[in-house]
Amino acid sequence: MLDNFILTVDNLGVKFDKNEVLKGLSFFVKKGDVLAIVGPNGAGKSVLFRALLGLLPYSGKIEWGKNLKINYVPQKFNIDKELPLTVEEFFKLKEVGTKKIMAALRSVGMTDEHHIERHILNQRLGWLSGGQIQRILVAWSILDNPDVILFDEPTSGIDVGGEETIYHLLKKLKDEKGFTILLISHDLHIVYKYANNVICINKEMVCYGEPSDVLDPASLAKLYGGEAGFYKHEHNH
Amino acid sequence: MNIITNPLYLQVLVGILVGLGAGYLGSFMVFKRMSLVGDVISHVALPGIALGLIFNFNPFLGAFTALFLSIVGIWFLEIKTELPSETLVGIFFALSLALGLLLTPEQELLEVLFGDITRVGPTEVLIALILVSSLFIIMSLIHRGLTLSIISKQLAQSVGINISRTSFIFLVLIAIIVALGLNVTGVFLTGALVILPAAAAKNISISLANFTKSSAIFGGLSAFGGIVLGNYLGFHPGPIVVLTGGFIFLITLFFKK
Repeated sequence: MLDNFILTVDNLGVKFDKNEVLKGLSFFVKKGDVLAIVGPNGAGKSVLFRALLGLLPYSGKIEWGKNLKINYVPQKFNIDKELPLTVEEFFKLKEVGTKKIMAALRSVGMTDEHHIERHILNQRLGWLSGGQIQRILVAWSILDNPDVILFDEPTSGIDVGGEETIYHLLKKLKDEKGFTILLISHDLHIVYKYANNVICINKEMVCYGEPSDVLDPASLAKLYGGEAGFYKHEHNH
Repeated sequence: MNIITNPLYLQVLVGILVGLGAGYLGSFMVFKRMSLVGDVISHVALPGIALGLIFNFNPFLGAFTALFLSIVGIWFLEIKTELPSETLVGIFFALSLALGLLLTPEQELLEVLFGDITRVGPTEVLIALILVSSLFIIMSLIHRGLTLSIISKQLAQSVGINISRTSFIFLVLIAIIVALGLNVTGVFLTGALVILPAAAAKNISISLANFTKSSAIFGGLSAFGGIVLGNYLGFHPGPIVVLTGGFIFLITLFFKK
């Protein structure tokens, strides 16, 4: 593998029983890339992440660079409001000290230490707003200085204003800390704005390359069916 | 009177130990949303106790074996069939209750169903001490992984936690504490020993640390209060232990967070 390549995927396939959920995916990721994965519901996007993390059996080749720390922010995180678990306890599940927690919270834009100590750390995780929980999850994922972060739809459950900030935040973190980011997104507007590469999948690879090059009407039609034109005009904004 | 020979001291000691362990484990069971599992799983012990009585071996051993086998069965079927544990526990519960009621000698049935702590001796104290201490030590090793897998399975897997191993160890610990609890409250009420302290503790806790600690304390307190009060009033201690737990729960309702 070349030096600045941190992930090479070759002819990846995943089967559940006899159903092919993914087949023939080939792509690579370089250090500092933001790779977006787009596709309709049930296209196998989350399955791809689980395969990349080694949580599923697969065929083909997934080759990560050496000694990489890879973290993952899952899509499903429906924390129960009644669950007695404070934000601080959630962070300490990673066995880190308060200093690192504060640093991670500063990185995700929570800078008021007094407020954090009084109103965030000792609060139940489930009592925070959707946007706050998302920030806490991002902070959790950067706590132990990973090289790569996999975000499964970082926007689900957040209002539009909040969505914008989460992506600004990811971009800021990437620029500051040099993370490589793989993210699943539904929103092509976000993909145009923040990703330097995109793969479109619908069980198999539909397109792969820079967003402005590959997200053409033909591949979008193939990916989403008739709704394609609706998405297309957004990238001129 | 000497602690070793005073039966009330021995009962209280066993009660407190089992109460602490049951309360602590119970908090994680409530956290994991498996209260119902705790409530019905004790019934699974019945055929084991019955076999112990018929073939004259220690009923605790019979109870633990029956619980262990059912738990392995539930764990295995949960992985293989993806049925929720509550459904599986329900099936095991009904079958073992039927089998147990058939097998248990009639004259012993009442005692088995409601427990008889007046029978405990120094051996039971020692067994409870060893098992409850091991339970706390093992929990201290797995509680992070267990907590994370309760919050999000995917998050837990992504940081390398072996979820099925963790949940298997947890189930075995439940089998141990339920088998021990049978001495105190019997088959019908052991579930309450696990669930009531946790439900009370949840009312007054914001953090997991407080939740688990106060649940253990409430468990120990219910057993202590119930056994002493039962002895004083001349009632069977088992139901009084459960009522004490219920009373603590009612009080915590006024301090709900």
